[in-house]
Amino acid sequence: MNASNSIGIVSAKNAQFDTPLVFRSGAVLPRYELVYETYGKLNAAKSNAILICHALSGHHHVAGYYADQPENIGWWDNMVGPGKPVNTDKFFVIGLNNLGGCHGSTGPSSIDPSTGQPYGASFPVITVEDWVESQARLADLLGIRQFAAVIGGSLGGMQALQWSLAFPERVRNVFAIAAAPRLTAQNIAFNDVARSAILTDPDFHGGNFYRHNVVPTRGLRLARMLGHITYLSDDAMADKFGRELRHGQFNYGYEIEFEIESYLRHQGDKFASYFDANTYLLMTKALDYFDPAHDFDGDLNRAFARATANFLVISFTTDWRFSPQRSREIVQPLLHNRLNVSYAEITSAHGHDSFLLEHPHYFDVVRAYLDNVADEPST
Amino acid sequence: MSMRPHMNPSAADRPDFAAIAAWIPNGASVLDLGCGDGSLLRYLKEMRAVRGYGVEISDLDIVSCIVNGVNVIQNDLESGLSDFEDNSFDFVILSQTLQATRHTEALIKEMLRVGHEGIVSFPNFGYWRNRLHVLLGHMPVSRNLPFQWYDTPNVHLCTLSDFENFCHRHNVAVLERNVMAGKSEISVLPNLLGSTAVYRFQRSL
Repeated sequence: MNASNSIGIVSAKNAQFDTPLVFRSGAVLPRYELVYETYGKLNAAKSNAILICHALSGHHHVAGYYADQPENIGWWDNMVGPGKPVNTDKFFVIGLNNLGGCHGSTGPSSIDPSTGQPYGASFPVITVEDWVESQARLADLLGIRQFAAVIGGSLGGMQALQWSLAFPERVRNVFAIAAAPRLTAQNIAFNDVARSAILTDPDFHGGNFYRHNVVPTRGLRLARMLGHITYLSDDAMADKFGRELRHGQFNYGYEIEFEIESYLRHQGDKFASYFDANTYLLMTKALDYFDPAHDFDGDLNRAFARATANFLVISFTTDWRFSPQRSREIVQPLLHNRLNVSYAEITSAHGHDSFLLEHPHYFDVVRAYLDNVADEPST
Repeated sequence: MSMRPHMNPSAADRPDFAAIAAWIPNGASVLDLGCGDGSLLRYLKEMRAVRGYGVEISDLDIVSCIVNGVNVIQNDLESGLSDFEDNSFDFVILSQTLQATRHTEALIKEMLRVGHEGIVSFPNFGYWRNRLHVLLGHMPVSRNLPFQWYDTPNVHLCTLSDFENFCHRHNVAVLERNVMAGKSEISVLPNLLGSTAVYRFQRSL
């Protein structure tokens, strides 16, 4: 990371919403708050705003660092900042924590004002459509009628796609990076195993573990370990860990022996120490449910007939969670509907995680595209 | 592999651009295969307001296309055009790329599946200067064919006669032909005097 062109010190803000949000499921959240950060300056025409949508474990802290936590650097700081591909000298960039999250926006671990207890299991199951609705309300609050771009990777890419469908007139460019138009049976299967790990943890208490002062750590760490395998490529894992043994010999037991075991357990433990189990469940369900063609007999061509935005679709060669073929499934209905779309397939060794990593060609593509966006008028 | 030899052409250096544009009506939909840095698509967008997409495999060219403000899909032409639906474009163009394709027969067939009409431009190997090079005992190297035999991407060079025979045998009907030497149009002895050929064609009825 290059500290010299960091956006520098940032701080999170809170937005309160008192208009009830009706979820796709029919559930109603009477009031909620969203935590967000902004970088750069909104121009007078309010036409240079970019929304960054986060993936499963992401949040609002996209770039920069906090004055009291200089080591807490935003998750996409390599991409977003002054002179970076998402250039904060030109754009007003917004990162938020999605509703249902566990980084400050209202979610299952927040206190339900009607009971004085954490929402826990009573927090409604949320969909990508619900998130985009709540993001649009945040845009209203900030006076942004139309985004220059909505950008997201993975689950964030699905939100960006949903923006083009729910609010065609409010987004000029959509970036779907390492995404898919909808999950396959295999994708859902992985999510279900992750959820089962959490749901069957005795400390889960049906989602109301807060009142028992426990955390379903075992389930959460298993879920994360499983997820983490799907984020890395076979080659990257082989390169990094191979069959390396911690102690140089077989011990013929079930303690950690291979380096990969040590790495995964460390990742699982780290994640389970801060992430909320209910949020993890919600995020994976949102992934499972997302299907723009659900109301169109499964026909993505018809689903995207509403879209008017220009699209940039990016995939990574070794991503097997959302392979390049899945990105091409996004490109095809866009071509069918004669929408402007460019598609780049980035040669990268790092699997699904590639979308978070610095890569010269990937960054050149994003930079080149956004340089043109900076010059276009709003519509 | 890079589909189009990198000559970094500007529209002015590429007389085939104007020849292609002359055949394309305003507002047509165009797919440019092996679109390089996107300069032809950009030219057609400016001259003919086409709705266009390019297909290109080279990373550098993808970025150049985006800089040029044209749609580009990163893909290997040799693996087919499965992302594109039947009859979804008015024109499918293969500009200065034909000679660098491996599966030429399959690609021409794909062009006419996806497009109503195909347009190709290629360097004429029968051009008298090329013939002279061979007569003197060397593979031709020129402005149109700037590569040495050992580093050329051009694996399927042909003459006008060869291409026309190919079309005849593959049920492809040539609709129009434009043969050039530099910027001049050639009408007499085109297979000898023309250095670049541009063809417009469709499926034979």
